[in-house]
Amino acid sequence: MLAGLYVVDCTQRLGWLTGRLLADMGANVVKVEAPGADLSSSEWQALNINKQLLRLELESRTAAAALDSLVSTADFLIATPRAGRDDDALFDFDRLHSINPRLIVVAITPFGLTGPKSKWRVSDLEIMAAAGAMSLAGEPGGEPMRVSAPQSSAWAGAQAAVGATMALAARARIGRGQLVDVSAQAAVITALAHAPAFVDIAGTTPTRAGAFITGRSVAGAKYRVFWPCLDGHINFILYGGAAGRRTNEQLVAWMREEGVDAGPLAAVDWSSFDPTQASQAEVDAMEAPIARFLARMRKREFLEAAHRREMLGYPVSSVQDIATDPQLQARAFWQDVTAPDGRTQRHCGAFYIRDGLRPALKVPTPPQVAPASPETEREPASA
Amino acid sequence: MNPQALEGVKVVEFGSYAAGPHVGKMLANFGATVVHVESVGRPDGFRLQYPPFKDGRPGINSSGCFALFNDSKLGVTIDLKNAEGIALARELVDWCDIVVENMRPGVMQRLGLGFETLSADHPGLVMLSTCNMGQTGPRADTPGFGSQLTALAGMCGLTGHPAGPPMLLYGPYIDFIASTMGAAAVLAALEKCRSSGEGSYLDVSQYECGLLFLAGPVLAYHDKGEVAKRAGNSDPGASPHGVWPCRGGGWIALSCWSADEFERLCAVIGRPDLGRDGALSGMAGRRAAAERISDAIGDWAGELDAASAAEGLQRAHIHAHAVSTVADLFCDPQLEGRGQWQRRPHAVFGDVACALPAFALSDTPGEVTTAAPLLGEHNQRVFGELLGIDPQRLSQLQAHGALD
Repeated sequence: MLAGLYVVDCTQRLGWLTGRLLADMGANVVKVEAPGADLSSSEWQALNINKQLLRLELESRTAAAALDSLVSTADFLIATPRAGRDDDALFDFDRLHSINPRLIVVAITPFGLTGPKSKWRVSDLEIMAAAGAMSLAGEPGGEPMRVSAPQSSAWAGAQAAVGATMALAARARIGRGQLVDVSAQAAVITALAHAPAFVDIAGTTPTRAGAFITGRSVAGAKYRVFWPCLDGHINFILYGGAAGRRTNEQLVAWMREEGVDAGPLAAVDWSSFDPTQASQAEVDAMEAPIARFLARMRKREFLEAAHRREMLGYPVSSVQDIATDPQLQARAFWQDVTAPDGRTQRHCGAFYIRDGLRPALKVPTPPQVAPASPETEREPASA
Repeated sequence: MNPQALEGVKVVEFGSYAAGPHVGKMLANFGATVVHVESVGRPDGFRLQYPPFKDGRPGINSSGCFALFNDSKLGVTIDLKNAEGIALARELVDWCDIVVENMRPGVMQRLGLGFETLSADHPGLVMLSTCNMGQTGPRADTPGFGSQLTALAGMCGLTGHPAGPPMLLYGPYIDFIASTMGAAAVLAALEKCRSSGEGSYLDVSQYECGLLFLAGPVLAYHDKGEVAKRAGNSDPGASPHGVWPCRGGGWIALSCWSADEFERLCAVIGRPDLGRDGALSGMAGRRAAAERISDAIGDWAGELDAASAAEGLQRAHIHAHAVSTVADLFCDPQLEGRGQWQRRPHAVFGDVACALPAFALSDTPGEVTTAAPLLGEHNQRVFGELLGIDPQRLSQLQAHGALD
């Protein structure tokens, strides 16, 4: 969809996903890395596949001239200017814009380019903290948690991809590129769903709920979400309403078929079950047989049966479970890519299917080592 | 003054809850005319099913959830079970450039609103379908909530202490990954249409989009058989790396990524002896002494409020920030400077906070034009003025239940 558009990607980790998404949408993305930079991490490789690697030193005195040459015919420059370095001068929008007025410069930083915290030093942990996400994860009253696999760079990268394509739409109208200033803190706020509305409308501050759902019962009862099973955990909740009715009825039927005592669940009229009215003792009594039933099950068994029975609930997947999920295989989500050294890697494919086809990832070519004319780096894009 | 990025672009949403409407909201914030389609009998589920509500009382126009994802849009009602309603929906699609829908796979086709039908006379149409599993595959028809899909996609299993259970992430976390990527795809398809006249049908699976957020750990499994585990708040590249309780109930998050940074931390917390201890200059040494270091940080942090602790650490160039509560986000000067929250008048709330996307465009800045629409608020404006339907036919449509 972005075939023919040329992207210079000078990002650190905070921006890797942006170029990956633009590449997946068909743009020709050149990833600039310093000669000698270690690119062996899975994170680097996963988020920089589908780009052409260019080895170029951007921390030397001649860096600006080299960058100017590189972006002179580019449509996008993506950068992650770092506080306390010379990056502000290197990626100065006014200079770049004077060289190439059609250039869209996407700057991804923890807090945005200006403001009282724009020079603060933070990593994923502190960005997740600054955006409120950690206050909503972890045990109630216990320590706030981040997701162990860093997420803030992904949120920033994805929002930056929207910003980049938005500026592209604007360029078609105003005839020139502009500066897109992306804040990772603000990007992570997207992940908080409707939590901000509680503060604004109800005057209450949502907090973390751990492994349970709270706030659904007027009697203060909490409902279990994560249930131990033979090979991990299952996410299952006693919902009310139409969806809950189908799920709960099917659970009881399934227990009966397996010869498992459903205890008090057997007597519940699910058409009138109202989770908001249950006491903790009632919830505990209903959940005890569910715990026994799910404890003897494997995650994949639950996934398949729950789908067949149209029940709500999913296993808590590990990356191993994900790698072998037939749904992803059926949709050709995984793409095997052979590197110049002959090694094959299995990557997440493009994030979308267009007109029935998932765009193929480009096969990597050996890295270029000098800033050749950008014109010669353009290659036909496939999407 | 510059036109907005998407001025003149017309979007119709057959969407509800988060995944569809959040896409339209981002487009609306940059100038697109976005029409959110609901029906009186089946309004957007966010209107009635989830708190918060104005004064705690559920009401069709008093939902905070709905307000957050539907600002700057026009709201109409069409009964899609009514033949005249379907015909009206077709007219709306003929008028627009982009359709966004997040119903279960197959529903739009059954309504006669599938892409093939809609694009037959509208070759440049861009249509985004987004749902749990995508439009195809053995589990395409799975109904599901984003809060549970976040577990299937691996994020919950990677949150929490190693010996404890997985942890919930707030709300339908993964929905917003797909809506963000979906918006980028729609804009790329719009560019494709601009340059070639070609339309696009985009099938976006929330599950698959979520996996791009774990692309590194997934590749590490495929490549090396490594299975990522939840690790509390630790990180392989830093030590210390975590959160400590502060005076007044807050928490400070901080991390040290080098021996120098650790030495500066020790000076700030009044323990230069730890900074001088050669055994702690390496990451392995600091890990081995994690409890001793953690106690020292805890003693210091317990005497300060979290914001002061963060400012002191930042003055010494140490990675740090207070753990913000959601309420803190409304008084963070950094977010205020970016215009994160925009208050707009609303008939029920008085006024309501709406969020801008996380990117600021220098020449065509986004804006929140209006608060979210009341149910069917813009029927006259959209059907009468934008589609040009005459008053007599509009009355007939009304009488025949097409606008219910």
